[in-house]
Amino acid sequence: MTRYFTDEHEWIDVEDGIATVGITEYAQGQLGDIVFVELPETGALIEQGKDAAVVESVKAASDVYAPITGEITEVNPALEDDPALVNSAPEDDGWFFKMTIADEGELDGLMDEDGYKAFVEAL
Amino acid sequence: MPTGPSDCRILPGRPQVTDHDIPDDFDEHLEDLPLDPLPLDAWHRARGARMVPFAGYDMPIHYAGPSGGIVAEHNWTRENAGLFDVSHMGQLLLSGPGLDAAVEAVLPIDLSTLKLGQQRYSLLLDEDGGVLDDLMVSRWPDALYLVVNGATKWDDIGTLREALPDDITLNHLDEHALLALQGPKAADALARHAQGEYPLSALTFMRFRRFTIAGHDVTIARAGYTGEDGFEISLPAAAAEDIATLLCAEPEVQPIGLGARDSLRLEAGLPLYGHDMSPETSPIEAGLIFGINKRRRSEGGFPGADRIIREIAEGTARRWVGLRIDGRLPAREGAEVFAGSDHIGTVTSGGFSPTLGAPIAMAYVASEHAAIGTALEVEVRGKRLAATVSPTPFVPHRYFRGS
Repeated sequence: MTRYFTDEHEWIDVEDGIATVGITEYAQGQLGDIVFVELPETGALIEQGKDAAVVESVKAASDVYAPITGEITEVNPALEDDPALVNSAPEDDGWFFKMTIADEGELDGLMDEDGYKAFVEAL
Repeated sequence: MPTGPSDCRILPGRPQVTDHDIPDDFDEHLEDLPLDPLPLDAWHRARGARMVPFAGYDMPIHYAGPSGGIVAEHNWTRENAGLFDVSHMGQLLLSGPGLDAAVEAVLPIDLSTLKLGQQRYSLLLDEDGGVLDDLMVSRWPDALYLVVNGATKWDDIGTLREALPDDITLNHLDEHALLALQGPKAADALARHAQGEYPLSALTFMRFRRFTIAGHDVTIARAGYTGEDGFEISLPAAAAEDIATLLCAEPEVQPIGLGARDSLRLEAGLPLYGHDMSPETSPIEAGLIFGINKRRRSEGGFPGADRIIREIAEGTARRWVGLRIDGRLPAREGAEVFAGSDHIGTVTSGGFSPTLGAPIAMAYVASEHAAIGTALEVEVRGKRLAATVSPTPFVPHRYFRGS
């Protein structure tokens, strides 16, 4: 399994042609207490960079963009009852959705773990 | 009366704002002026505060650590005591001959019933009755002390200076900080440090007295913006770090950021200037009739009086109401409100209530849909959320009015 990161603070795990997407520890810290996550419809086809989900924290609503182009195959049902999972386990149980990978080439433009770490440190 | 604000004694040496100090391009001029950091800027940063621009300053939105974050800070304040730095707000002192009559020509307040040591909510209105600011007015010996909003304080100074006669002195107490200590344990924590002629427990809601804290002269009012019992402490800026550190060393006290200040005031149903009211809204629409004192409602003689008196008699086409929203998705400022297919209002403040575990909002709605219990809908990102007009405060006030 390979983990990629975007400069929008999302992580993407790729396994068997399916990408699992969530937001990073850094992102949840910036957002603060999350009270609601609006997830995409299963079956929706979303282009890279387009709105895929909305995270509502106590203070504001923030968009989460599709890190790659693909079709949503599954969304995390646990977030409906417990959106705070995104705060407590952002890079694990707090995943947002799974999607197909329409163009493997889009993954090449993303960062690896070290690259993302350096990116965050430079912020 | 055990009041004797030391600030009055240093009046002659304080910077005074007079008409000729205000350039014609007052507003444009201000935008070029970088504001100095507030007295507790470094103190907040040392506590891991996330600083955001607010009212022209950098202000803490929340703090780091296990007890930090908006929800934790919110809950801490409801259960213990939270220390808020509100030094961005404007502290103004008015004095001079014929002060009461001069101020009554500008504010819809009845100063004949405001006694030494008392504080009262008032409104700065324009000639059309629109709200320029909301403020607190306190009776000091031979002076009136005003606390105005941070984002509006420069405009307020201009408005007041313009409206008041030249022999009324307006001092901007810009070398004073303002701290709020709020929550059910605030009185216990503050009583350990506040020394005065009378004990702190003698203060009731909307009263103030002079005290000392760690040898510094301070003015403490029993008031706040959270719905909880609590205090607002006006103190010399040079003493702010000392006193903030001293209070936060008490086991009941944590520093609280602007984020929780907003969610607390929303639960308490308290309006926020620039969001819930503006020059486009009248205080009667906003349900702030208590800010127009009784004698003034019949006598008038303040800016916008014709409209205000007419609206009191005839009612208004829209009213500011509380909304409880089904589900967990918050409706925020700007969300539109519907009754069936009719667009009947707009949300002015909204968010997730940590205390209730549900979204709440305040909105202007057409008066025929403003009755408690009316079923409405709020639109968020194309989705209609069921909402019910609800009584405010959403969370009961717990002010200390005497035992």
